[in-house]
Amino acid sequence: MIEFRKELFADERDDNLNEIGQPTQRQDILGHVTGRSPFFDDHQFDGLTHLKCVRSPHHRARIRHVDTAAAERMPGVHRVLTERDVPVNRNTLLALINFGKDDEPVLASGQVNYVGDPVVAIIADTERQARDACAAVRIDYEVLPHVLDPEEALLPDAPVVNDTYPNNSFDYHEKYDHQKLRFGDVDSAFSTADKIVEARYQMSPIEHAPTETNGCIAVAETNDRIACYTSTQALFFSLGTVAKVLDISSARLHFVGGTVGGGFGGKVDTVVEPLAVLGCLLTGRPVRFVYDRQEEMQVSSPRGAERWYIKDGVMNDGRIVAREFRGYFDGGAYTRLSSYAVIKGTAHLPGPYTIPNVSANVYGVYTNRTPASAMRGFGITGVDFAIECQMDRVAEAVGMDPVELRLLNAYRDGDMKAHRREAKNCALIECMQVAAEKSGWAIGDQYKRMSSLSGGGGERAIIPNTVTDENGKIGSSRERAAGTSQTGLQTPAYSPVPTTAPAPAYTPQPVQSPPPAYAATPVHSATPAYTPEPTQPPKPAYTPQTSPRFNAPPSPTASIDHETQQSGSDAAQTTRAPARPGASSAPGGQSSGESATRPAAPPSPAAASPSSNPATSTRPRNNNRFSSLFGTRRR
Amino acid sequence: MAIHSGRGFSAINYPIGMNLGGDPSQALVHSNPDGKFMVTLSSIDLGQGMKSVTRQIAAETLGIPVEDVYVDTADSDTGPHCMGSFASRGTHRVGNAVIAAATEARGVMLDAAAEELEVNPEDLETDGRGNIHVKGAPSRSITSAEACGAAQFKQGKTVSGRGIFLIPTSDVNPETGEMTPVSCFAHAALVVDIEVDDETGEVLVKDMQSAYEVGRALNPKLVEQQLIGGAWMGMSHALYETTEPHYPAREHGPVDFNEYLMPGPGDVVPHHISVLERPAPDAPYGGKGPGEMCANPVLPAMANAVYNAVGVRVDELPITPEKILRGIKANGGARPQRRPG
Repeated sequence: MIEFRKELFADERDDNLNEIGQPTQRQDILGHVTGRSPFFDDHQFDGLTHLKCVRSPHHRARIRHVDTAAAERMPGVHRVLTERDVPVNRNTLLALINFGKDDEPVLASGQVNYVGDPVVAIIADTERQARDACAAVRIDYEVLPHVLDPEEALLPDAPVVNDTYPNNSFDYHEKYDHQKLRFGDVDSAFSTADKIVEARYQMSPIEHAPTETNGCIAVAETNDRIACYTSTQALFFSLGTVAKVLDISSARLHFVGGTVGGGFGGKVDTVVEPLAVLGCLLTGRPVRFVYDRQEEMQVSSPRGAERWYIKDGVMNDGRIVAREFRGYFDGGAYTRLSSYAVIKGTAHLPGPYTIPNVSANVYGVYTNRTPASAMRGFGITGVDFAIECQMDRVAEAVGMDPVELRLLNAYRDGDMKAHRREAKNCALIECMQVAAEKSGWAIGDQYKRMSSLSGGGGERAIIPNTVTDENGKIGSSRERAAGTSQTGLQTPAYSPVPTTAPAPAYTPQPVQSPPPAYAATPVHSATPAYTPEPTQPPKPAYTPQTSPRFNAPPSPTASIDHETQQSGSDAAQTTRAPARPGASSAPGGQSSGESATRPAAPPSPAAASPSSNPATSTRPRNNNRFSSLFGTRRR
Repeated sequence: MAIHSGRGFSAINYPIGMNLGGDPSQALVHSNPDGKFMVTLSSIDLGQGMKSVTRQIAAETLGIPVEDVYVDTADSDTGPHCMGSFASRGTHRVGNAVIAAATEARGVMLDAAAEELEVNPEDLETDGRGNIHVKGAPSRSITSAEACGAAQFKQGKTVSGRGIFLIPTSDVNPETGEMTPVSCFAHAALVVDIEVDDETGEVLVKDMQSAYEVGRALNPKLVEQQLIGGAWMGMSHALYETTEPHYPAREHGPVDFNEYLMPGPGDVVPHHISVLERPAPDAPYGGKGPGEMCANPVLPAMANAVYNAVGVRVDELPITPEKILRGIKANGGARPQRRPG
């Protein structure tokens, strides 16, 4: 059952609106419940063909030879596609907004990097014929060593998963192999804390399990255009990606979707549209590429297997004075969207609590697992699991009620967050009070009287003197990981005893690393060791175009009141500031925070987009041709 | 061997919209001559109610009944650019774009009405039922249909509007992580009651009681479906789901709904939800978008409840009977903790 607590925050709302707040029946509900709403797969076309992929059975292997001769002779087969048919066979979705490098082939090029990596695609009259033809493809693999654990992947001798990122970690800001968060001085605070609480948390990959699997149908329209009916969650990301990898003008693409049978983040990657549209261009036939349930569960991106280490310094009265994170987003073999989640997860730290000293190092790691990607709560769900289990551990360590401990540390309006923006519009305290009250979870009167609207700001708005460092430059990760490889790889999935340790037991470990001794080595030669035979006349059925058809987007017209931009000193500081005494219940007061101005944004390096893969560099290509469609800022 | 009851708690907040911004969405709104309005988007309705929530926002802003608005989604030939339906950005970003477009269209409609009524457009207001009238003088009125018809057939005006919403991309300081990730946050707290069988390690979820703060419940039924479904997903995530049950071995990974464990209809538990509404200043009518965050509090609350029941902390998801039994064994038996609160 559901109730609306209208009495809370009532003075911040106008409840006398006509349509807002009404339980209006969904516009599309009648179509949905009568089975008449048109989803992508409800479009029917004469001469429809079906596409299926031959996928890697190995975690990591070199492709010695691909023999498709038998498959081409199978009944119903129209076309066999290999990497040589893909005009720009290297892509990553967020490169469309200039974030990250193209690192994933549409069809494997010389090497496979996860179980399920597609190598060959076959288009046939029926799904059964396409599957039978896939079974007739012979691929000669040389199985290579693989790595499946994100911390093992950062060790010096780990196999290189993804040759675009030879350190097995995503490059942040063209400088570091991880995303940093520094606020105050955790080491000093740990040394004064009454107790230290440490734990490790591990997510498992899970499946989005939508009713409708990833899929699309590409069909030729008049005027040399291709229509693509798709289940995508992001129509223009998909359209832009197809234009990019097929090297055709986006003006030739007409994408239709918008009514989708569940997504949960699993339909952003744009995995089916490029091959279907390519197949349509090459055969002239409508091409349907739909993941079967097995592919949806074992090949499509799952939620990533995040791993978090948290170390808290807490006073006996329950105030958390320092919180340190080390996080690993196991992205699997290719970037997909994991690079984004690392920054989002870092911004979320230390959770909805005001903690005066926070530090985090968060890595986007490549392993030979299924490429992970977005899923409901992306970048946040795993962090919340870790933080909220940790809060109970901390409560136990100091002998407090877990709800009261959370209320004591909860963030309020006016507090400074670790990413250096002022909190506003908070309601965490009120949610906790309501949940406790109605479930009969007794809390003290002083906790019942707390409010998000008062008690924040003042000393809690101060940006403390902050210790920064330049550890973890790109390329040094394997060296550093070698020095701190006691990272709990053998930690069991459960901890039978509380892991509370007395404060003095902690010794800060230097994490300074020597210059990288590691030299990137490509894992496969630029020229493939095999020469696929052209299965069709080599002349493509279409002419790639290079001129972008989109003009620059219009200037923003909306005035945005985003988070208060209040900034502390950003310059690297080595001065050790005394740990700010915890002030969780300090009364509001005048802010005396440092008010250094925000540093000017560095010149946009967008023009220095990564060069394309050697394997595809023979094709003329404008790396920035989509920047006008998606903006130009690199982040 | 015994059944132990346990109770767990968690509290979370959730960032609304694409992290660091830079994710514009656009909307176009236009009227037919009879005052029926079309909202054209390229946003995606995944079942979450994108079409419905933008329809209510458009109707509210235009000042006309919701029946006179229809939303079309996701045709790249007709719908203006939208970044997509993810990151809890639909309601916030697209809703704001729809408000901008509907505001412009409303302005033309009121101009047309003012010309017909021979008054100043500033003196006009809408009643939300299809009428435009002079403030304080309800009898001097014209229907929105008449106004839109006059605009197109007599005055030569397009009753239409364009809208875009963009939060400019934030920089990130490489050394400190200083950034502007998002502009508003939703909140939640949840109590879960469970029973753990210390012989089988099985967890039986008995009850959930939660409070979710969503800015404003733009459509309370859509909010309810999100919160109920999200809590189900959180419970499934916490106790059952993995694509790699034998990791690092990939063999025997589930390939269909027979093998991929999720709660069935009989596992859906009583869930008492309280909705709090503290409108976000930059959100459409304050609404924050509850879609993603609602699963999150369930996972840690479940783990905390298992510890409360038998004294085993399972820090690695999913919390399977095997992990619970191994923990009980390592502890030399179940160690029920004091019931909290």
